[in-house]
Amino acid sequence: MMAARAPRTGKRKVDADAPVLTMDSLLATKEIVVACGPGGVGKTTTAAASALMAAINHGSKVLVLTVDPAKRLANALGLDGIGNTEHRVPNAAFKAAGVKPRGELWAAMLDTKESWDSLIRQHAPDEQTRDEILANPLYQNIAGRFIQSHDYIAMERLYEIHSTGEYDLIVVDTPPTRNALDFLDAPERLADFFSSRLLRWLIVPYRSKLINVATKPFYQISDRILGTEFMGDISEFFILFQSMYDGFVERSKAVGRLLSDRRTTFVVVSTLEATPLREAEFFAEQLTERKLHLGAIVLNKILPDYLQGRAGTKVAEAMKDRAGDLAASLAPGLASVDAALGDPTQIARVLTEVADSYLNFQVVALREMEERASLAVAPDVLATVPFFDTDIYDLSGLLRLGEQIWT
Amino acid sequence: MTPLLERKLVFVTGKGGTGKTTVASALALLAASRGKKVLICEVDAKGELAGYYESPPTAFKEREVQPGLFAMTMDTEASLREYLKLQLHIPIVGRIGPVAKAFDFLATAAPGVREIMTVGKLCFEVRSGDWDMVVVDAPATGHIVGQLAAPQAVNGLVKVGLIRTQTDWMLDMLSDPEITGLLAVCTPEEMPVTETIELADRVREETTVQLAAVVVNRVLPELFGRQEEAVFDALAAPGPLAELNGLIDGQAGPVLEAARLAVTMRRTRSTHLERLRGGIDPDVPLLYLPFLFSRSHGLRTTKQVAGSLGEELGL
Repeated sequence: MMAARAPRTGKRKVDADAPVLTMDSLLATKEIVVACGPGGVGKTTTAAASALMAAINHGSKVLVLTVDPAKRLANALGLDGIGNTEHRVPNAAFKAAGVKPRGELWAAMLDTKESWDSLIRQHAPDEQTRDEILANPLYQNIAGRFIQSHDYIAMERLYEIHSTGEYDLIVVDTPPTRNALDFLDAPERLADFFSSRLLRWLIVPYRSKLINVATKPFYQISDRILGTEFMGDISEFFILFQSMYDGFVERSKAVGRLLSDRRTTFVVVSTLEATPLREAEFFAEQLTERKLHLGAIVLNKILPDYLQGRAGTKVAEAMKDRAGDLAASLAPGLASVDAALGDPTQIARVLTEVADSYLNFQVVALREMEERASLAVAPDVLATVPFFDTDIYDLSGLLRLGEQIWT
Repeated sequence: MTPLLERKLVFVTGKGGTGKTTVASALALLAASRGKKVLICEVDAKGELAGYYESPPTAFKEREVQPGLFAMTMDTEASLREYLKLQLHIPIVGRIGPVAKAFDFLATAAPGVREIMTVGKLCFEVRSGDWDMVVVDAPATGHIVGQLAAPQAVNGLVKVGLIRTQTDWMLDMLSDPEITGLLAVCTPEEMPVTETIELADRVREETTVQLAAVVVNRVLPELFGRQEEAVFDALAAPGPLAELNGLIDGQAGPVLEAARLAVTMRRTRSTHLERLRGGIDPDVPLLYLPFLFSRSHGLRTTKQVAGSLGEELGL
């Protein structure tokens, strides 16, 4: 009933014969789907539901790579305590949800530290360098603690899995970033960082003790802020890292290329609340500006249509204004069901509460409708998902969501 | 436990979408309305804070947005420049370019530098004595621990140097529960509650900052008592509903359906609330803020939330 729609923009010419794009057709033609958007809007669930639908309907081997799923959802996907490796969601789980998939659904969770370690193992020129890097306190801090490293590693892991050619489709959930676009810039930033002149400045004196006029202020400031010893630690770390420079830069460029490849599409997830929606809109604009493919916008937690009707407003107002009279008329009927239900005062109170609640939620629903109408971006697919009264924590729940966005 | 409003430095955090900035801006407004001179600082510079006070955009230099309430936006580079100039007397006039570059590089290379410049600036503001209270619209739950633990992390990595000498007094300030506290905002939903419980554990284990309170935001009203719910169920049955439709000459079905949705939503949420109560140290107060059925967000909403927050704090 709340189906995906083709673009509602006036700018594009609509060809009457052109097939209507849906999540179904979008996911059938892409190899990578990146789910992104602000925090707290159901990104992980949407990614998992999309992957599930593709596995059920397309007969393909699908992987959902999630960052931080809710525990019960992780359990449902067989991800509890498993970490970085990919696992197939067992057929029993599908059976419990009452579906028979044509394809396979696999799931993996992103473990930042482990992913970094495996990257180092792969690129280190020899065992000694590898061990020295892995044991370096600075490395451990960068890999485990500081959040910018999550942005890069998520995309890096995506690249790695995609290169194996194991999966027909990979749906990746992106980490919650300070800035929604951080993960897009991460590969490029890393490449910039390693080829930076400053990095060379930092490493030179460690080798030759030669400081020239141009670099002197940099050292003075750095030394005074951080202390010579720490600067030495940093230098050592980057000298070790230098040995992997070519591999890293090459790799991060390849990751960047993969994201802008035709086989990759982005799905922006949001709700219709003002703040997340503005952020999602900004995100969608940035994707377009970077010539990345904005495949779909999925709007989650949409309040039901019946809250918008003016007829409902009239009914609710009547119920409120005439609560006493209505209660008096309804009391005998209710009392005939059960004597305890026939108290007119109580009935009047219930009618008032019900009407007030409707009017309250209507304010929110109308605000959402207004937000939706003013949405300033035009993806191939715009899908909406109604507010579910329970949390989604198993395949049946994902299926309910998936069916809403699919066609 | 030191009451929230008596602390000098309050970090407000929460999962994305729970209303972190709403609560931070309301807390600052509440404190200012009680005669305190308050600074509120937006750390993730998205420029949203101004909207909550309907003020012109905020910048690194604070501006008065309400009587007694000043707002600023964190800029780590500006913070470093200020620090170099005021504290170290390093002449950087005219060479802002190289400093910015060096800083950018260091901040990427040396973990914790950006975080320490942020926490450092906030601690400086508290120490300056200019403010009765500094409220921080801090990073989201995923990032706050790294932020608050930065002084220790830096202490572990940096053995000497000026940063090292600064982190010691910062740690003293952050560790003092009479001065500093963390306010975690969540909504009664699965992920926000789970993250809040995890946050409470991590804050205790990895930082020296005390969790001062948890705000449970967007709590839905209880529509019915048990007997009233029985009446509601009976009303929604085909016979009485048809009668009601006739009496009001319209369709009451959707109106009753909406109430059913509201009741179910509240019920689902109450299980998460119980989990929250069980997962947080009982000494940490839980403050409940109602769901706002409002048209838009702005100063009016901020005032409403400040009012509710004041009631919850027993003011």
